[in-house]
Amino acid sequence: MELTLSILIGFMILGAIFAIHAKDLLSAVITTGIVGYSLVIAFLLLKAPDLAIVQIVIETITLIIMVAVVLDSTREELKVKPDFKSYSNIVLSIIFAAVLLFFFVQATAELNLFGDHTLRMAEAYVDQAAEKTGSINLVTGILFDFRGYDTLGEATILFAAALGVLTVLRIKGKK
Amino acid sequence: MIVYILCFILFLVGLYGLITRRNLIKIVISLSIMEFSVFLFLVIIGYIDAGVAPIVELSNQNVIYVDPLPQAMVLTAIVIGLATTAMLLAIAIRLYRKYKTFDIREINNLRG
Repeated sequence: MELTLSILIGFMILGAIFAIHAKDLLSAVITTGIVGYSLVIAFLLLKAPDLAIVQIVIETITLIIMVAVVLDSTREELKVKPDFKSYSNIVLSIIFAAVLLFFFVQATAELNLFGDHTLRMAEAYVDQAAEKTGSINLVTGILFDFRGYDTLGEATILFAAALGVLTVLRIKGKK
Repeated sequence: MIVYILCFILFLVGLYGLITRRNLIKIVISLSIMEFSVFLFLVIIGYIDAGVAPIVELSNQNVIYVDPLPQAMVLTAIVIGLATTAMLLAIAIRLYRKYKTFDIREINNLRG
């Protein structure tokens, strides 16, 4: 299980590296799809079918929007002459990443091993959700009943984002 | 343990893209890669060996379910991720129409 998941995440890392370095913006966008759809498979392996369903829908919508944006503007990646600043940026970000990785490794020493999780908070939910909410699916029961206000906030954010997109795309800017 | 580290490396790849790229679309792609790695990390933490998907089996009382709480939270986060990505792309296409480029070095005069 851990091996399968490691191979899948390695595949996602390769896809992400290619997406960041692609010369063509359309291929970069489509390679992001590799990462997103591999995430769907990872969710299925991790026994999260609800997340897999949501992620496959969301990933498809995001890809369609991104492809529409790229086709509406330009597919050309910028021609960047390698200068001192870009090299120093790369070196700085790699040093930054190495420092973050060091602290992350130290922090994960406190976590349980993979697959060795103990239910602390969710125990009450798992025991009583079926009787209290009437929902046989625990994720739905938590999302729409115990934590219903979170879902209300999520709907508010979606509404605000839709309004924002409409506003940004409709107004006429100063020339 | 290696899974946690790989997950964080995926996050760092996104961070590297965010710092070094100068194209707005590439920056949006890097942000969504970082988002994906965080979702994956949270769901991996809630996984239990030999657990089944959190859908109650009424006939059998002795099954172990994986933790449903991170899954519910990640479900919210995925939808919010779509909202932020759409907003970023709308701003990117708006900037492209004004400046005719995605280069962030050209788009440096953000006066109204």
